[in-house]
Amino acid sequence: MVRRIGETFRQLQAEGGKALIPFVVSGDAGIETTVRLVPELEAAGAHIVELGIPFSDPVADGPVIQRAAMRALAGGYGMADHLRAVEEIRKKSEIPILLFSYYNPVYQYGLEALARDAKNAGVDGILVTDVTPEEGDAYRAAMDARELDCVFLVAPTSGEERVAKIAACSGGFVYVVSRAGVTGARQALSDMVAPTVARVRRHTALPVAVGFGVSRPEQVRAVWEVADGAVVGSALVAEMEAELGRGGSPAQVAARAAAFCRSLAENR
Amino acid sequence: MSVHPLTGPDRHGHYGFYGGRFVPETLMEPLAELEEAYGKAAADPEFQRELATLLGEYVGRPTPLTPARRLAAHLGLGRVYLKREDLTHTGAHKINNAIGQILLARRMGKRRIIAETGAGQHGVATATAAALFGMECEIYMGTEDMRRQALNVFRMRLLGAKVNPVDSGSRTLKDAINEAMRDWVTNVATTHYLLGSVLGAHPYPQIVRDFQAVIGKEARGQVMAAEGRLPDLLVACVGGGSNAIGLFYEFLSEPSVRMVGVEAGGRGTALGEHAARFQGGRVGVLQGTLSYVLQDGDGQIASTHSVSAGLDYASVGPEHACLHDGGRVEYTSVSDDEALAAFQLLSRTEGIIPALESSHAVAELARRAPEIGPDALVVVNLSGRGDKDVIQVAEILDGK
Repeated sequence: MVRRIGETFRQLQAEGGKALIPFVVSGDAGIETTVRLVPELEAAGAHIVELGIPFSDPVADGPVIQRAAMRALAGGYGMADHLRAVEEIRKKSEIPILLFSYYNPVYQYGLEALARDAKNAGVDGILVTDVTPEEGDAYRAAMDARELDCVFLVAPTSGEERVAKIAACSGGFVYVVSRAGVTGARQALSDMVAPTVARVRRHTALPVAVGFGVSRPEQVRAVWEVADGAVVGSALVAEMEAELGRGGSPAQVAARAAAFCRSLAENR
Repeated sequence: MSVHPLTGPDRHGHYGFYGGRFVPETLMEPLAELEEAYGKAAADPEFQRELATLLGEYVGRPTPLTPARRLAAHLGLGRVYLKREDLTHTGAHKINNAIGQILLARRMGKRRIIAETGAGQHGVATATAAALFGMECEIYMGTEDMRRQALNVFRMRLLGAKVNPVDSGSRTLKDAINEAMRDWVTNVATTHYLLGSVLGAHPYPQIVRDFQAVIGKEARGQVMAAEGRLPDLLVACVGGGSNAIGLFYEFLSEPSVRMVGVEAGGRGTALGEHAARFQGGRVGVLQGTLSYVLQDGDGQIASTHSVSAGLDYASVGPEHACLHDGGRVEYTSVSDDEALAAFQLLSRTEGIIPALESSHAVAELARRAPEIGPDALVVVNLSGRGDKDVIQVAEILDGK
């Protein structure tokens, strides 16, 4: 069976294009917003969507995504609801979906159960921020058994040996963290991006995407200069938050997120 | 760098099934560097000499082992000793680890120190150690804990530390650790995260345990000198579990020594009303380590409650999880009310005002006194003094 994430990058490469990868927190502004939003992001030029699974203690996230996670948790959604949302999305869209989670919700659901149910729902891959290859054997085996891509992170602090190991363990693509720190928009793109991407490329032919602190059109462009995809999270989530703040309906929240996504996509 | 045949850790930082290193990739290399630096320091006689000198000249070690005769008589017990960590400089066992890690941070060339604190004792200990060495220091503390431990907030500021209020989640220790981890992942090149308990990713549980093991080493010598034999029972409170493992570690291979770790039973058995991880928790991952965690069915971390800020945490050190499953240590819990009664009991019978944390250990001693009996030789770890708690206790007692 063709894996959608790899296929998307192959097609983009053939066209000379680069991937735009928006991140949203599943259940933020209500799970029905998530279901509505993902196909709209696709129509707005997104190539892959990262669906954040909200967690009570998101140590890798800055304030914007923390708040989104708290909004989603206040809605009472659990993993089963997020997978149902993917099922609903799949009625309208074939865009590759990557779950982005912390380990505890995954662990509690059960590794094999999650792999099975996520696959059945139409998920393509998973990234768990606090699992590295060292602690990831059982997790990776469970996801591999269901042909889900396990994406691992490379950080600017990762040494050569670690980069090699992470590249060897990753499926779909390798996610480069642009700088040491938590998620969140920054004025300037870290000058660590290009050298870190180059280090990853020495160890793998997999596509490389860059995230953390990528928020503006010119930053997306700069990432596309050196990598195969750009992940935009906090800036997009902040747009949704702003729309919620002014009392926007789910349709308006989704429309504003899609408009922001379009502004990034059309900036080639 | 100590490895115990019973618990470990193995070379991946696992204590049996538990422990490990569950952190964002950015921290993996820094944790490996910390592990290496600690390994070298632990094996270096110069480092050990420097640490021993500071523990003697500055911390005030060895701390006494005090016979608690009136308490024992009151409870119908025989020989009860208190290991007096409350008599260390800053008034709790936390300083043992803070001094050790400050020396380690200096060796690693880090000039900035960050730490989390619950009751404020670890924050005060860290601010103290940082002041001693002229290092920049920032402490993360939940606003709920700042409210109930206002005295310690002032102490930290006096000592030159910046106290950063944490207003997320339950506004207690767990949330302070989240913020400290976010700071560390951002400033890891210049900053040492001085974690205060046997929690977090490897090698922290090992480092903190090794620096706290001095408690049990001293206690063993002292009890042998006083009684000519090993104790029958050790009792200590368990939040993250650093004072408990500090006392227990020396005795783990002595099968005749029973050990009880006392968790915070809070004000009820429902999730959110206590911090008894071994009774209400399930295995999970929180803040870098695999252990018992209080959580809901979706793996969201539960809020916790204890009258004692230092025990008010949703998880427990992975080595304790290993000792629990292996049955080597018995874990139990006492309620807020039992701890408050013990707080007053020890004050009146011995003239020693214990920390609310340590009061949990005293409360367990009182509760199982009939079972312990007059022939047993018991050591209770008095992990800290209660000055920090008197205003809070006064408010609670007045309110009743």
